[in-house]
Amino acid sequence: MNADEWQILGFTLRTAALALLLILPPGVALGWLLARRSWPGKTLIETLAALPLVLPPVATGFVLLRLFGRRGPLGAPLHERLGLDVVFTWRGVVVAMAVMSLPLLVRASRVAFEGVETRLEDVARTLGAGELRVLATITLPLAARGLLGGALLALAHALGEFGATIIVAGNIPGRTTTLALAIFQRIQLGEDGAALRLMAAAVVVAFAAVWLGEVLLRRGGPAA
Amino acid sequence: MRLELAGIRLPLQPFTLEVEATLQAAASGICGPSGAGKTSLLELIAGLRRPAAGRVALDGEVLTDIRNDTARGTFLPARHRRIGYVPQDGALFPHLSVRGNLLYGRRDGDVPAAVVEVLGLGALLDRGIRQLSGGERRRVALGRALAAGPRLLLLDEPLSGLDGALRERVLGHLRMVRDELGVPMLYVSHDLTEVAALCSELLVIERGRVVAFGPAADLLVPQPGFALRRAP
Repeated sequence: MNADEWQILGFTLRTAALALLLILPPGVALGWLLARRSWPGKTLIETLAALPLVLPPVATGFVLLRLFGRRGPLGAPLHERLGLDVVFTWRGVVVAMAVMSLPLLVRASRVAFEGVETRLEDVARTLGAGELRVLATITLPLAARGLLGGALLALAHALGEFGATIIVAGNIPGRTTTLALAIFQRIQLGEDGAALRLMAAAVVVAFAAVWLGEVLLRRGGPAA
Repeated sequence: MRLELAGIRLPLQPFTLEVEATLQAAASGICGPSGAGKTSLLELIAGLRRPAAGRVALDGEVLTDIRNDTARGTFLPARHRRIGYVPQDGALFPHLSVRGNLLYGRRDGDVPAAVVEVLGLGALLDRGIRQLSGGERRRVALGRALAAGPRLLLLDEPLSGLDGALRERVLGHLRMVRDELGVPMLYVSHDLTEVAALCSELLVIERGRVVAFGPAADLLVPQPGFALRRAP
């Protein structure tokens, strides 16, 4: 691989990792709320959170473009107050990856929390534990493998994200080009050798993440 | 020990649990067929379920006092009740060792020596939960509840699923808890022989209603095994 290709691989890994960090707290919290609490609008939020999984990625990208454009409801205040641009920058790549991966993380978190017996949490309460201690010492440790598996699947999904990224961040060499975008571009240009090298890098990274995720999910729920 | 259950109403499917009784024995049995509402009653006393109405008081302290389907009233959370609860299969924390389980409810210090001795847990302390037999799991679950220093112990079918010899051993440990550690207990079971061996007071529930309440000696008829004396 040449220097450009290494840069693309490094950029993709960094943005995907950042996207995962961004969605980890809200994704896990939402998974817990869906698994453990009843609240008005729960089904609506659950459906909204799953939408990016079923919508065409370019449609999600278009929504993000409107939201984060300089005149968009989120993009305008970011630009005017903080001087931050999202669209056609690395931030756009992170946002697209984050939104497209969130449904996987929420779903895996919900399943992981549902797999923890509520009786164990109840017993912890009778032993004097408050809600935070129950969460920290019983729920999270027992859901940990499922959560980790979900996080790795979300990361793998972010690494391969294409449709939303190209709409929100474009394909600017050295600035917003990810592995998926670069492979697409090389194929378009007939540079099959370069496309194959990048594809091999993508396969290795994605395989490692998905495989680890599957192993962890399979050992998954809390042991009896 | 004096546990008052007054005007308790807890809607369940397909009936409403309604209880009125004051339990005072060192060991009281709660009997009834499966699905009668026994476990729900224990959870209600432990503070894990909120009744639609009713009052629960332990040695004069009001734990729950809710009147006529209002959301208001007194409801002391489970963590402040100091009531030990041992669910049917023990519900041990699988990611902690035996020692970790026993220490969970302790604010400081080590596992109380008396608990280790009475329940014979010394050799098990550093084992993982998966390495324990059925009987050992029950003893550890009992020890975990006792180590937290409860003023009342709620036991839900602690001998279910154990074979004859093991039942006798665990029953022996329960007698020692009652007599040597002096912790009062509510013992839920559908097996009258177990109840007769341990409890001096008996509350019988069927489909959410109390059908008999009084001294065990008055309510149980010794046969080969035991039967309930029915009102004429």
